[in-house]
Amino acid sequence: MNKDTVMEPNAMQLPSERIVERSDLYSIKSSTVRTPDETPLPTRVKAREVSVFYGAKQALFDVSIDVPERAVTAFIGPSGCGKSTFLRCLNRMNDTIEGCRVTGRIELDGADVYDPQLDVVELRARVGMVFQKPNPFPKSIFENVAYGPRIHGLARNKTELEEIVVGSLKKASLFEEVKDRLHEPGTGLSGGQQQRLCIARAIAVSPEVILMDEPCSALDPIATAKIEELIDELRANYTIVIVTHSMQQAARVSQRTAFFHLGILVEEGPTETIFTGPREKRTQDYITGRFG
Amino acid sequence: MNSAIVAVLLLVLMGLAYQIGWSRSHGVAPTGGRLHSRPNYHGALTAIWALVPALLVFGLWALFGDTASRAFIISNLPPEVSSLGGQELEGAIRRIRQIASGFGVVGETQPYENLAGQALREFQTFSFALVIAAAAGLGALALFAARRRIAPQLRARNEVERVVFFLLLACSAVAILTTVGIVASLLTEAIRFFTFVSPVDFFFGTVWNPRFSSVGAGSGEYGLLPLLWGTLMVATIAMLVALPIGLMTAIYLSQYAPAKVRNTVKPVVEILAGIPTIVYGFFALVTVGPFLAGIGQSLGLQIRATSAMTAGIVMGIMIIPFISSLSDDILRQVPRAMRDGSLGLGATQSETIKRVILPAALPGIVGAFLLAVSRAIGETMIVVLAAGNSPYLRLNLGEAVSTVTVTIVNQLTGDTDFASPQSLVAFALGLTLFAMTLVLNVVALYIVRRYREQYE
Repeated sequence: MNKDTVMEPNAMQLPSERIVERSDLYSIKSSTVRTPDETPLPTRVKAREVSVFYGAKQALFDVSIDVPERAVTAFIGPSGCGKSTFLRCLNRMNDTIEGCRVTGRIELDGADVYDPQLDVVELRARVGMVFQKPNPFPKSIFENVAYGPRIHGLARNKTELEEIVVGSLKKASLFEEVKDRLHEPGTGLSGGQQQRLCIARAIAVSPEVILMDEPCSALDPIATAKIEELIDELRANYTIVIVTHSMQQAARVSQRTAFFHLGILVEEGPTETIFTGPREKRTQDYITGRFG
Repeated sequence: MNSAIVAVLLLVLMGLAYQIGWSRSHGVAPTGGRLHSRPNYHGALTAIWALVPALLVFGLWALFGDTASRAFIISNLPPEVSSLGGQELEGAIRRIRQIASGFGVVGETQPYENLAGQALREFQTFSFALVIAAAAGLGALALFAARRRIAPQLRARNEVERVVFFLLLACSAVAILTTVGIVASLLTEAIRFFTFVSPVDFFFGTVWNPRFSSVGAGSGEYGLLPLLWGTLMVATIAMLVALPIGLMTAIYLSQYAPAKVRNTVKPVVEILAGIPTIVYGFFALVTVGPFLAGIGQSLGLQIRATSAMTAGIVMGIMIIPFISSLSDDILRQVPRAMRDGSLGLGATQSETIKRVILPAALPGIVGAFLLAVSRAIGETMIVVLAAGNSPYLRLNLGEAVSTVTVTIVNQLTGDTDFASPQSLVAFALGLTLFAMTLVLNVVALYIVRRYREQYE
């Protein structure tokens, strides 16, 4: 059943006047919706028929999706729809949940993520993660960012480590705000700064893919705007998957959007298409706020 | 018999008052209107009002009944006996009380004694009846007074709540006042001890040899240091055993164990905490001591069966559940987000525990550790049986030692004279022990509390 709902990007054919009408009606400014790139992006993460069970309960049903490189893919959908569950499959964070079972196939650059031979530590170094609530360790700002490089042995000496830390903080646009207090506790920062610290921490191990699980849901609008700006900058170097509750956010930051509902991937495609001319009625109802 | 009658009277009074208050409040309820308080509050209030005077009467009786009966006995004694003072008069009074109670007395009874006993028995019956009547009468009076008060706007609920508040306050005051009382008695007795032995000799003396009280006061040496040394040695060995095992148990239970294993293992480990310490004591004496001595022999070491090591190891085993259970709770309080954050960066589970979870939980674990130390210092039965009771300053772990607690037991058992320094020293030792554990507990609670604030 879900195979019908998973659609190819080129299957989108909609009259342009309808697009205008919808974008007016649902007040999504066309300037915030990024036009999809002309050339199809190479696929980085490929999922096929992924199902997730928590004990006897099935939380995700046969999800198949391609995540393109150097782009932001947004997962939207109501609470409990399985979007976070699916995200956590991509770096096997679901392994840490007792009674959780994943079937199907997930590939990162063509290699099976769930291969028993694969070292999950290495996978998670390649696929970084930023969580819903900022979760800096109870250590200094410097130590928070240095944590990943230290455990993976990425720096040979102190100077290199400092370079990595400063570089990561700069990439996360946090360095200017914290450069004078690198050795103060990371928990003393504001919520938005903490979240950028967590992004810097993830960047420090030079991942290829960054997963973000509702990274702005605990932040105020100004901090949210900063994070969104940052996500847009990071897109140049990383493949980003973001789970969000805010449809405006998905529209603002992502190039591709996937809509989940009740554990099923209902529809997936270029963000603009999803927001202006979804093929499925359920998608349309959700993005127009008719159910949530 | 008498107390049963009192209890029945109070229960009947209470039940009756509750019923009367309850039905009366129904009666006064205006038709269509509302009572301020529900009928059960009116019932409870009436019951409280009826009980208070009755309880007061019984309380006064308990306080002054004995004085009254004593005065009655003296008035019934012939003048040549009642003019006797001190021990002899007390003896006569005791004999008469025994005659009145119907149990026999030693030796022939004098006629005046029989008469006085008879009179006392009548007096007791009469006074008991009087007290019961007074309690019942006053209770009934109060009951009717309370019943008259019942009106729709009477704030019975608020009054009952106030009574409950004071009741709870009184109960917690009991615990606090008891502590204050214990400390006060420790202090006064310890001060009496320090009139025999100077505090400098006590706190800094290196020889413990109190002799026996029959030898007389002022002979004997009361140096605390050998005992303190023994206590610290046994406690240190105990913590060296308990801390690694307990902490690793906690780490396994909180981080690695599947729910099923955890749900069986944790209660089983906690059973260790429920074993009476005397049982640990003879386990040490019968099993661990000889076992250690055997090991020592095969290694060419001189280890006594009852030694600091035996007591320390067994005490450590006893303390394991304290450390493991407290630390397990603390480790599980570390937010899951911390753990996920570290795992999400590609850290292994043990790296995550070592670098993130343990540092985050450290203040709580230190608190648990200090609580366990204070428990080890105060532990008595294991060391009484297994430490060998030999109060000398020496380093050898395989030798017998004595601790503060063991010495308190020794000084207070057997034939004791509570005016001699040999017995009074127990209070000074108790005070020292109390001060030590108090400081440890306060520090531990402070640390644990600070830690709690961190994640709330």
